Amino acid sequence: MVAVLLERIGLALVTMVIIAVVVFFALDLMPGDACSVTLERGASDSMLAACHARLGLDQPPLWRFITWAGDFLRGDLGISMQRERPIAEIVGWRLRNTLILAGVTSVIGIPLALGLGVLAGLNPDGPLDMAISGVAIFAMTVPEFISGTLMILLFSVVLGWAAGVVTIGYKAPAFELVKASILPAATLIFILAAHILRMVRASVIEVMQSDFVQMARLKGASRRRIIWHHVVPNALLPAISIIGLTMAWLLGGVVIVESVFNFPGLGRLAVDAVADQDLPLVQAIALLFGFIYVLTNLGADLLALTLNPRLRARRR
Amino acid sequence: MRVGRTPFALPQVLRDVLAQGSGRLGMTIVCLHLAVAVAAPMIAPQDPAVQDAGAMLQSPSWAHWFGTDRLGRDVFSRTLLGGREAMLIATLATVIAMVWGSALGILAALIGGRTDALVMRFVDAMMSIPWILMVMLFVAALGSSSAALVPVLGFSYGLSVVYLARAAALDFVARDFVVAAQIRGHARWSIALTELLPNVRDSLAVQGAMQWSWILLAVSSLSFLGMGVAPPTPDWGQMIADARGIMQRAPWALIWPMLALSSLVIGMNLAVDAWARATGVDRNRRVPGA
Repeated sequence: MVAVLLERIGLALVTMVIIAVVVFFALDLMPGDACSVTLERGASDSMLAACHARLGLDQPPLWRFITWAGDFLRGDLGISMQRERPIAEIVGWRLRNTLILAGVTSVIGIPLALGLGVLAGLNPDGPLDMAISGVAIFAMTVPEFISGTLMILLFSVVLGWAAGVVTIGYKAPAFELVKASILPAATLIFILAAHILRMVRASVIEVMQSDFVQMARLKGASRRRIIWHHVVPNALLPAISIIGLTMAWLLGGVVIVESVFNFPGLGRLAVDAVADQDLPLVQAIALLFGFIYVLTNLGADLLALTLNPRLRARRR
Repeated sequence: MRVGRTPFALPQVLRDVLAQGSGRLGMTIVCLHLAVAVAAPMIAPQDPAVQDAGAMLQSPSWAHWFGTDRLGRDVFSRTLLGGREAMLIATLATVIAMVWGSALGILAALIGGRTDALVMRFVDAMMSIPWILMVMLFVAALGSSSAALVPVLGFSYGLSVVYLARAAALDFVARDFVVAAQIRGHARWSIALTELLPNVRDSLAVQGAMQWSWILLAVSSLSFLGMGVAPPTPDWGQMIADARGIMQRAPWALIWPMLALSSLVIGMNLAVDAWARATGVDRNRRVPGA
C-alpha cells in the first residue's frame, strides 16, 4: 500500500517536472521572445538588449529554466509584460474566482451526474434512459461556446431569469461571484455531467449483469437492497478516476466558458494574455492549469485507492 | 499480415454503415456539408465580406435569405462559406496528428520496455496541459494564423493518437506472426508497417474521423476567442462571437452558424459510430482527457 502510494506521488511529481520543462522550452524554441513580441517592431538593438537584461533573458536557457522554476515554487511567477505588475498578484484573485466557478460546478454537477447515470443505467433503453442519454450526447457533441450562448439565449434573453454576462470585477466578494457563476456553472455542469453520466451508466449496466448481482437476485434480495448495496458502490468506484480525468476537460472548458460569460477568472485572463502576447503570463497560467490537473488526478487516484482495496495490489 | 477479419473491403463497410439508420443520417449530413463546402464559392449569392451600411441587421428576406449581420453582410453566403477554412485546417492537422501519433504509438508498443515507458510518460505529461492552453501557448508566441494552427493542432491532437495506436497495437505485439517476423530479422519499421498497421487500421480510421471533428471544434472555438480563422475569411465560430452582442435584435445572425457547426459535428458523430459498429471497433476504449 505504501509502495503504491509513493509510486503514484512520485509519478505525479515527474509529470509536473515534465510539464514545467515543456511549458518553458516550448516558447524558448520559438522565434521571438517576451521582449521582441512586446516591444514595437522597430525597436533598436539596445532597447532589446536592455529588456533582455531586465528579464534575465541574456542568461543561458538552462539557468533561466532553473531560476524560473525555483521562483515559481516560491510563489514568484515573474512579471507580466503588458501589465507591468507581478504575475502572482494578477493571477491570485483570478485563480480564486476560477476555483469558485469550478467548485460550484463540481458540487452540483458531480452528484447530479452520478444520480442520472445510475438512473439511466438501471433501465437501459427505457424512456428515461433515452431522454437522459439523448441530452447527454447533444451536450458532449456541441462545443462549449455554443451551449454557453444557447444558455444566455434561453435563460437571459427569452426567460429573463439571470444576467447573461457577468459585469462584476475580479476583486468582488466571494458570494457575489457565486451568484455570478450561476449561468457559467450551468453550462459547465451540462457538459461535465454528460461525460460522467455516460461512464456511470455503462458501469451500472456492467455491474447489473455481474455474477454477484445475479446471486443477490437469486437469494431473494429486494431490488432496493441490490441497487444500494451491490450495484451503486461497485459502479461508482470507476467513476472516481473518470471524474479526475474529466477535470482536464473542465479546466479547458473553463477557458471558453469564462470568455463566453465574461467571468473574471484565470481562463479569461489567459485569453486576454494571448491577445496581448503577454508570454510570461500565458506560461504561468498554463503551468498552473497543468499542476491543478495533476494534483486533482492524484487526489482522485488516492481516493480510489482508499475506497477500493482491489487497486492496492501492485500490478505485474 | 491481417488477422481475424476478412480483408478490408470499402464497399462492404460502406454498405454496413448505410444499413444503419443513424449511419445513413450521419453520412447524409456529412456529405451534404462537404458538398456545400466545395461548391460554396460558386453558389454563394453574395460576397461574404462585402459590408452594406444601408442593410444592417435586416431580418430574412428574398434578397438576404438568412438576413444580414451588424455590418450588413449576407448571413446566408457567410454560413455557406463559413466552414471551409476550419475544415481545411482540421483536415491537414488530422493528417499530421494521425501520421506522427500512430507511428510513435505503434513503435512504442513494439519496442516496449523503457522506451515505451518513457514515451508514455511524456505523452501523459503533455496531455495534462489542457489542449486549449497548449494551443494558446503557441499562438501567443507565433501569432494566430491558419498556417501556424495546422502544426500546433496536429501536434497536440496527435498525443491522444499515440495513446490509442499503442493500446491497439499492444493487442498484437505478442502474437506469433509478429514474433515470427522478428525472428526472421525484419526491421522494426517494416514489422510496424506490414504486421501491425493492417491490424490497427480500423481503430485508427475511426479515431481519425473523431480527431477531425474534435479539431474542427477546436478551430471553431479558437475562432470564437479571436485566435483562429481571422477576418475577412468568414468562419462559424467567428460569426457566433460577432453576433452574440446582437442576439436580441438579430437572432438569425447567431442561429445559422450555430446550426451549421452543430449539425456537422453531430452528423460526424453518428457516421463515426455507425462506422465503428460496421468495422467492429470498440469505441469505449476511450482515451483519457480526449
